[in-house]
Amino acid sequence: MTTTTAGTTWLVRRSRVLGGQPTDVLVENGVVAEIGPGLSAAGASVLDADGLVLLPGLVDLHTHLREPGREDAETVETGSQAAARGGFTAVHAMANTDPVADTAGVVEQVWRLGRRSGWVDVRPVGAVTVGLAGERLAELGAMADSAAGVRVFSDDGKCVSDAVLMRRALEYVKAFDGVVAQHAQEPRLTDGAQMHEGAVSAVLGLRGWPAVAEEAIIARDVLLAGHVGSRLHVCHLSTAGSVEIVRWAKGRGIDVTAEVTPHHLLLTDEEVRSYDPVFKVNPPLRTAEDVMALREALADGTIDIVATDHAPHPVEDKDCEWAAAAMGMTGLETALSVVQHTMVETGLLDWAGVAQRMSAAPARIGRVADQGRPLVVGEPAHLTLVDPAARWTVEPHTMATMGRNSPFRGRELPGQVVATFYAGHPTVLDGKLAGPRPGTTPGRDA
Amino acid sequence: MRHLLSAADLDRAQAVTVLDVAEQMAATQRREIKKLPTLRGRTVVNLFFEDSTRTRISFEAAAKRLSADVINFSAKGSSVSKGESLKDTALTLEAMGADAVVVRHPASGAPHRLAHAGWTRGAVVNAGDGTHEHPTQALLDAFTMRRHLVENATGADLAGRRVAVVGDVLHSRVARSNVLLLNTLGAHVVLVAPPTLLPVGVEGWPCEVSYDLDATLAGGHGDLDAVMMLRVQAERMNASYFPSVREYSRRYGLDARRVGLLPDHTVVMHPGPMNRGLEISADAADSPRSTIVEQVTNGVAVRMAVLYLLLAGARDLAPDAPPAAPPAEEVALTEGVLP
Repeated sequence: MTTTTAGTTWLVRRSRVLGGQPTDVLVENGVVAEIGPGLSAAGASVLDADGLVLLPGLVDLHTHLREPGREDAETVETGSQAAARGGFTAVHAMANTDPVADTAGVVEQVWRLGRRSGWVDVRPVGAVTVGLAGERLAELGAMADSAAGVRVFSDDGKCVSDAVLMRRALEYVKAFDGVVAQHAQEPRLTDGAQMHEGAVSAVLGLRGWPAVAEEAIIARDVLLAGHVGSRLHVCHLSTAGSVEIVRWAKGRGIDVTAEVTPHHLLLTDEEVRSYDPVFKVNPPLRTAEDVMALREALADGTIDIVATDHAPHPVEDKDCEWAAAAMGMTGLETALSVVQHTMVETGLLDWAGVAQRMSAAPARIGRVADQGRPLVVGEPAHLTLVDPAARWTVEPHTMATMGRNSPFRGRELPGQVVATFYAGHPTVLDGKLAGPRPGTTPGRDA
Repeated sequence: MRHLLSAADLDRAQAVTVLDVAEQMAATQRREIKKLPTLRGRTVVNLFFEDSTRTRISFEAAAKRLSADVINFSAKGSSVSKGESLKDTALTLEAMGADAVVVRHPASGAPHRLAHAGWTRGAVVNAGDGTHEHPTQALLDAFTMRRHLVENATGADLAGRRVAVVGDVLHSRVARSNVLLLNTLGAHVVLVAPPTLLPVGVEGWPCEVSYDLDATLAGGHGDLDAVMMLRVQAERMNASYFPSVREYSRRYGLDARRVGLLPDHTVVMHPGPMNRGLEISADAADSPRSTIVEQVTNGVAVRMAVLYLLLAGARDLAPDAPPAAPPAEEVALTEGVLP
């Protein structure tokens, strides 16, 4: 790939749009100005994208940016740089910060930090309950009406386990077209849980996190959502049983969407035999049967999207014994590669299917109006160029995220993000960070 | 073998070697002067993140009788409670030149982490980790069984013997190590417990499972050669694992009546410490067929064997790769050096 001269006009030569035939794409003033073979534009920077696949900029519905409060783990700046390198142009920042993002003040702070950084559109998620305590509703309307324009509400990290509170939240957010994203984990069944409960936990003597603790909450929530006619989103679905419940609910016409993480598409509880806390995550890594069910569900649309659950931790929170370690894995810079490996190279999805599940659908669920758009003339130029033929070995210390806790460390993965355009501005070129978008002013979505 | 982390680290030949070396160690312990110079100049650290006076003094006695320098490091209040981390403790011990680290830790897998995270070069011996394993306990149990149940024990395994392990299997590191080691040695294991105290996934273990103690003791599927009772914490009833101490004792406790169901040769075992009147009655614990006190004695010999095999230039326990000096000769030889 060669890159010549910088400018606001970019001519992307011979990329395969959604994996189709090579064509040229002209990006001008932040929008897709022309698509077709043999384009030319005087003064445009030229990006030779022969062999690369052009996707709409990826949208992550589930990211932990850690700021405010845990700037030793990640900041909005470093997390959104990691997102750009992973091919993302928008991320939803989860609410479990310190202080919790449960007021208009905190979500606006995160939103402003994102705008100042300018690497991606940072969309704050608002907490459902005050302090994630699961006792009373946070001021959801104030967060929705704030400059941050919050549409996704989640106590992620904790489950809204009280059935009445969950019902009220589902009902209340209808007033501003919000969605409740549930972290489905029955708390009593998972008290002190360390890993998936099954054959491996029995041998390792680690307290089990049974599949039923996830499935019971999802079953309850889809019934509640159906009863009150609300929109429900299920975070990081991890079991074959959960797939069956979501499939049943969709068949009944219930307005439910679901996400799966890249790590749940690839890794199993067998990894825990190493007792290496880099594999400690919540929900836990499940069995090979669950992994296969999740892949099939993502292919057939039962699971709508891939979301990273990017969860950076400082080294000391993982460099210890299993029980003492924090839960979570980084994911922004490996997500697309893992999806290529598990879904594209297995023939389960084509690139258009990847674009649907990593851009269009998450943008729609999160109500990010100007992202996840079709790759046609006149649309905002949020674009990702990936080299599907590339192979690379995951080395956490070379990543943009501050987190070193990648479960794919040392693994060879396919597919490399070569360039990311955020509203026409290249945030990533040649696979490296190029620069933030200057004078970022993303407005509220209508 | 560089470490002893799990009973599964030992194949049959290695396990029999440990038991045979333990027999030789036990023989030296019947002499007036018990101390051998074998590990002179080597340092063994007892790293205990959990109170266990019995296990610690057993390892301490074993190391001292082999003339090793012993450092007792009681680190209760580990990183779990935000004290010094396991890593920093390990680095400290490494800096002091520990040749072997005997570790007891409340977190399952902590010894595994210590051995494989690159924090220490010493041999790691698991002295009990959380609800995972306690391999030297399983070795001393197998040693005790072999002495009572097998004639011409040297070189022999436990093929064909039937062993019931009764009680809180879910939370027991002793049960996990015993199932693995006894299976390796050819014995048949029956786990007996209320269903609440068996792990999900136990159906994949190489053993039989029963909920009925009386039926198992009566030998419905064959006479038992050993009955091992596990410690049950009374607090488990607060988490609804069983309704009450009395009900547990009635259904799963070993009392005089139940001992009476056993064949004459069957031994009664317990890893200690016992809850007399809960999982085992005084009658059963003090009966002539009880090996409970003998298990403690055997623990020293078995731990001497493990430390010897890990440290005395015999890193591989397989008989096809014998140590420079075979254990029997080595013991005899070093004995000759004594004044």
